[in-house]
Amino acid sequence: MTEKSNIKRRDFLQLSTVTLGTIGTAAFIWPFLKSMNPAEDTLALGSTEVDIGGIAEGHSITVKWRGKPVFIRKRTKNEIQEARNVKINELRDPVEDFDRVQKEEWLILVGICTHLGCVPLGQKIADTKGEYNGWFCPCHGSHYDSSGRIRKGPAPNNLDVPPYRFLSDTKIKIG
Amino acid sequence: MKVILFTLLFLFPNINIFASGNYNEMPKHQWSFDGISGTFDRASIQRGYKVYREVCAGCHSMKLLYYRDLIDIGFSADEVKAIAAEYTVLDGPNDEGEMFERSARPSDHFVSPFSNEQEARLNNNGSYPPDLSVITKAKKHGYNYIYNLLLGYKEPPEDFDIGEGMYYNQWKEGNQIAMAQPLDEDYVDYDDGTENTLPQLAKDVTTFLVWSAEPELEVRKNLGIKVVLFFIILGFIVFFAKNRLWKNVH
Amino acid sequence: MSGSSEPKKYKNSFLNWIEFRLPIVSYIEKEYKDYPMPKNCNYFWSFGALATILLVVLIISGVFLAMNYTPHTDLAFESVERIMRDVSYGWFLRYLHSNGAAFFFIAVYIHMIRSMYYGSYKYPRELNWILGVFIYLLMMATSFLGYTLPWGQMSYWGATVITNLFSAIPVIGEGLKTWILGDYNVGNATLNRFFALHYVLPFVILGVVGLHVVAVHVHGSNNPVGIDIKSKKDTVSFFPYMIIKDTLAVCVLGVIISIVIFFGPNLMAEVDNYIPANPMVTPSHIVANWYLAPFYAILRAIPDKLGGVTLMFAAILILFVLPWLDTSKTRSCNYRPIYKWFMMLFFVNFFILGYVGMKPAEGTYLLIARIGLVYYFSFLLILTPLVGKIEKPKQMPASISDIYSDINLTKSEYKKETN
Repeated sequence: MTEKSNIKRRDFLQLSTVTLGTIGTAAFIWPFLKSMNPAEDTLALGSTEVDIGGIAEGHSITVKWRGKPVFIRKRTKNEIQEARNVKINELRDPVEDFDRVQKEEWLILVGICTHLGCVPLGQKIADTKGEYNGWFCPCHGSHYDSSGRIRKGPAPNNLDVPPYRFLSDTKIKIG
Repeated sequence: MKVILFTLLFLFPNINIFASGNYNEMPKHQWSFDGISGTFDRASIQRGYKVYREVCAGCHSMKLLYYRDLIDIGFSADEVKAIAAEYTVLDGPNDEGEMFERSARPSDHFVSPFSNEQEARLNNNGSYPPDLSVITKAKKHGYNYIYNLLLGYKEPPEDFDIGEGMYYNQWKEGNQIAMAQPLDEDYVDYDDGTENTLPQLAKDVTTFLVWSAEPELEVRKNLGIKVVLFFIILGFIVFFAKNRLWKNVH
Repeated sequence: MSGSSEPKKYKNSFLNWIEFRLPIVSYIEKEYKDYPMPKNCNYFWSFGALATILLVVLIISGVFLAMNYTPHTDLAFESVERIMRDVSYGWFLRYLHSNGAAFFFIAVYIHMIRSMYYGSYKYPRELNWILGVFIYLLMMATSFLGYTLPWGQMSYWGATVITNLFSAIPVIGEGLKTWILGDYNVGNATLNRFFALHYVLPFVILGVVGLHVVAVHVHGSNNPVGIDIKSKKDTVSFFPYMIIKDTLAVCVLGVIISIVIFFGPNLMAEVDNYIPANPMVTPSHIVANWYLAPFYAILRAIPDKLGGVTLMFAAILILFVLPWLDTSKTRSCNYRPIYKWFMMLFFVNFFILGYVGMKPAEGTYLLIARIGLVYYFSFLLILTPLVGKIEKPKQMPASISDIYSDINLTKSEYKKETN
């Protein structure tokens, strides 16, 4: 009788030891894995505020956000019209222009080609803008239009629009 | 058992409290963050920050703190943005290749009063006001030393030869310190109406400095209780399991 | 799987598959399940396992720290503070690593004391002892290298003092020092290479620990009585008997180390290391970490620089030949009534040397260090060979099992035999 209850007690002790031990080990590993997440200072730089009041129509600036270039362009009426006139079904990555902007004259894009990651040309006045009057990636010849959409070349998607919001008419916060 | 006592014996010579110093009688005070369940008195830290800003920051940097850290002591994100914006930071180069000044952001470090150690020494008679970010961990007896030091300025005894430009302090090693008494009653006005006596100012700024050195303190102690409890419980279970198993061996 | 000609040792086919290709299953069974341990081993025998666990914890926490640390003089101190403040659980990684190192030394010191007191270094385990001293040496090097990495005041000045020792060597000393430093003084070149070495040495330690454990298993563990295993009656199987004892030891270690990490993480730290390194300002007391302090005391006890260095290294190297210095055939000090007291005095003396090693090298402290140093060497070089020859050891039981089966044994005697 005591033999059986001894075995039962021993089994319970063994089971609880192993269970607690496993929980303890998992709890021990957890902070190590968590430490690999972006640290506080990295997260604090996760958003950037940009003053856009000084940008003239037809001009662009490039800012850094999370280590990547972001193109901010104040579009001319022509450029906006061009972008609106495009037939959607002609696009490789069909998106309407008004779905890519919050205020129509401000086009904000992540300046990384969606093919293999080069930075397209078109920000400076002297740069070539490609055949669609937007941006041109010199690495493999992708052409983007005045809404940053892919029109020709190997890139599969349009230039990304980062998350942003207007803090005022002259200030935006990216990220 | 014998072995545990033996092991614990090993720890004692290594604990610095036993290492002798000039301050054998360092008075200890009550602190809210002491002890197993210590917590920070955030109101005290906020007052201490005000003391630092208005008095200490003239000479002492705190380069390891970010303005965004102030959110942890009770300021709102907007308040922190406003505080940071009062300071200017050197940034650049801009597109023209020049360095420029801009107002600080929450993601910037606390701005230092001097650009480098040499400038600091030049403005302080050759002495370097140390950075205060981790000062309570960098001194023997830590926060008790800092608190006592702030209150420890006295007239030097008659036979004491005090150096040029030095001040007598009871608790500084060697009893001479290059810093004049930095705090006194009424030096800082508190926004929450707390009386600004000298001991109160010293207590608040010390609490602020402890928070600066050990911002993880509350999380650490909280987790510590859980971990120690875990090992104690597991230890008991294993102890009983071991005894049962070994009962028949002998 | 296919292969009906494969021997089926185990009911589980997965285990069979592995076993046939790499016999680790039977290896683990032999060495960690059925392996016979003397049944009278006390908890001093658990410290080897504790040390190994601490080594693994140090390696894991070290790798994760290295993901965030920058080994450049301008950035090192700040990168450590960034770990403490900005990295998730970074403070835990850092405090686990620094306190883990201290407890690693505590465990190893107790482990060594056990080996000396119970004669585990004697025939046929001499090589095991030698491997152990080698591990100890590697630990001292690794901890010294690791301590420079935060680039605090003590990091910089400790590195300066210790590397200056090399210049004491005649003829080649100055050149050797410059070669080690990579510069005329401790600087960035030094910090960078110390980081590389600190990262790699623990894996060397792990390898030597592997050899050390394999060597133990060849002749089996020693025991408090110091006599060989005569029959199966004297033993218990490693699993579950020793596993559960070691688990209990781990729990006790867990309680103690957690109290330190979570409630007193800087108790064993040097406060000066929270001040960034400044080559222009020397701290008032340059101290080695406590676990290196006994040898630091020996170093400073001799006024001559080369003499101090030589004696310090001699104090460590002499440990290698301990098995040959000891002339006694009796292993356990429990049965060596005279030598036992000299041995215990040796341990206390080592403690005292450690204490004065943390103090300024002047006045009474210096005197004590010198006396301690004299006893250290005379114990090893004079007493150990001599006492073994003239001592009459006490009567030992015929076998381990006899300790338990003697009906006339009183409880206190029983306790004595198993301690």
